Amino acid sequence: MSEARNTSISQSSGRALPAADLARTVVFAAFIAVLGLFPGFYLGGAAVPIVLQNTGPLLAGSILGARRGGAAVLLFLALVALGLPLLSGGRGGLAVFAGPSGGFLIGYVFSAVVVGLIVQRATPRPGLLVLLLANVAGVAVDYLVGIPYWAAFTGDLRVAAIQSLVFVPGDAAKLVLVSLVAAAVHRAVPTVPAASPRTAED
Amino acid sequence: MIEFEGIGHRYGEHAVLDDVTLRLTEQRVAFVGANGSGKSTLARMINGLVHPTGGRVLVDGVDPARQGRAVRNRVGFVFTNPDSQIVMPTAGEDVAFSLRKKGLSRAERERRASGMLARYGLAGYEEHPAHQLSGGQKQLLALCSMLVLEPDVLVCDEPTTLLDLRNKRRFVELLEQLPQQIVLVTHDLDLLGNFDRVVVLDEGRVAADDLPEPALEHYRKLIS
Amino acid sequence: MTPLGLYQPGTSVLHRAAAGHKFLALLALAVLIFVVHSPVWLGVTALAVTLGYPVARVSPRRCLQLVRLLVPVLGLVFAAQWWLVGFDSAAVVCLRLLVTLGAANLFTLTTRVDDLVTAVERGLRPTRRFGVRPERLGLLVGLTLQAVAALSMIAGQTREAQRARSAERSLPAFAVPFLIRTLRHADELGEALAARGVDDD
Repeated sequence: MSEARNTSISQSSGRALPAADLARTVVFAAFIAVLGLFPGFYLGGAAVPIVLQNTGPLLAGSILGARRGGAAVLLFLALVALGLPLLSGGRGGLAVFAGPSGGFLIGYVFSAVVVGLIVQRATPRPGLLVLLLANVAGVAVDYLVGIPYWAAFTGDLRVAAIQSLVFVPGDAAKLVLVSLVAAAVHRAVPTVPAASPRTAED
Repeated sequence: MIEFEGIGHRYGEHAVLDDVTLRLTEQRVAFVGANGSGKSTLARMINGLVHPTGGRVLVDGVDPARQGRAVRNRVGFVFTNPDSQIVMPTAGEDVAFSLRKKGLSRAERERRASGMLARYGLAGYEEHPAHQLSGGQKQLLALCSMLVLEPDVLVCDEPTTLLDLRNKRRFVELLEQLPQQIVLVTHDLDLLGNFDRVVVLDEGRVAADDLPEPALEHYRKLIS
Repeated sequence: MTPLGLYQPGTSVLHRAAAGHKFLALLALAVLIFVVHSPVWLGVTALAVTLGYPVARVSPRRCLQLVRLLVPVLGLVFAAQWWLVGFDSAAVVCLRLLVTLGAANLFTLTTRVDDLVTAVERGLRPTRRFGVRPERLGLLVGLTLQAVAALSMIAGQTREAQRARSAERSLPAFAVPFLIRTLRHADELGEALAARGVDDD
């Protein structure tokens, strides 16, 4: 690794140190796992409970951006696939990728990347509208992966699409929630998507 | 020997350090100062975690801003919060993590990690979940993970701030017995009696630089 | 590496088989069931997978857990598929699901996470030429599990703070501070990793 690039961990321009990158990716993968420890919430009269964990990939994209957000979700899913019970309800292993929602899990990686790509375009920091738009796109991408994946089992894309409609009310509530939370976090920690200039706290 | 030559540092418009020049040759040196005095930033420059925006640092003649890897091989760093510096799930794995690039076999890494834990009162904790250790034990583990690399210098940034009084004392006594050169950043003034030199920083400048007693007296006057 | 995991210790043939081989067998099975369209042959495959459970001596408790997980999913899918397409299609889809879910779950139950990590690290070695470093997977698993432990603690503290301000029912009142503390933890961990030479790898 070139030393010249590491001019300072506190420099606001340029890339963050690889260690800082690695830490954010790892910690956000863990964050998604910890969300799985909480029971579902019923929001705004939605019939289906919001499994808090499902907000993780959208939050990862909204807060870390495309590269680190996508990497965090990928890492989380890799751990699940290895057999760690990190999905909500203590589920894990390869079987979770085999069922009807398996494609939606894989789609989360693309969700995070797409959300991140849109949010990154907003400078200096994304407003609520951009976040809403990004998260709508993120959820849509998840369907684009999840529905054909399920169709591979059912053999019929149309049927798979109809069956996937059950997720729509929950996802709508979820993306509003994520946008509100992400907007608040961006206000509180304005440097989030950049290279995190930080002061040694002393 | 650690040398700071005309160090300045600013975060944007805000100057944190201004023209600090020091030559640290003593074995036990402490940095004290109020919040925002620049002492943690100065300490982080010793192993290249922060690079000065003006002047330069030399650790035995090597500049951490240019040769970070070489310097980090010789300078260990213990942070304030043990929960965020323990990186692996068990105590043994955490110490062994430091050795991952030493070209040692897995068995040898584990053996050295166990030896290190045993030496600092954590014998038998190899398989213990790191997050279930007590605060004092966690800070000892952080110390082990650094010392296993046999550094020449150990920088500690307020390592005792989150410990109770008894663990504070124990930790500093332990530091005093180490063969390494120690740079301790702290608010716990009572623990510095046996130090060789105390540097008082105030608003980014050296306000006093002396033996513990006169330096701390100066500091107490400064803050009163 | 970790007491966590869905692995169930045992000494059966399935436990002793190499993780890499089991994974390849699982892939072959996945391909097979999408090539086969006959409900009879799919039924035979499903039966074979089911027989794997007694062979691996999976505890009845675990089997029951699996049944409780499978029955609602299969029932729902069967009903929807029957209604929208027809009985034959519903049977084929459900048998496919049964085979993939059953086999994948059997794989997870009989394979230690450590062995799987080693197998993946070995299997992905050819990707090195593309700049991937598969040998770091084990470290990533360890780092992430430790971060899960640290964040669980932070989540608990955030929850208490929320209760203290009696804002228990507000989700943002939990999520926002939890995320901010999560990011701070990430910054501190980044520094700690840098101090331990991660940038110099």
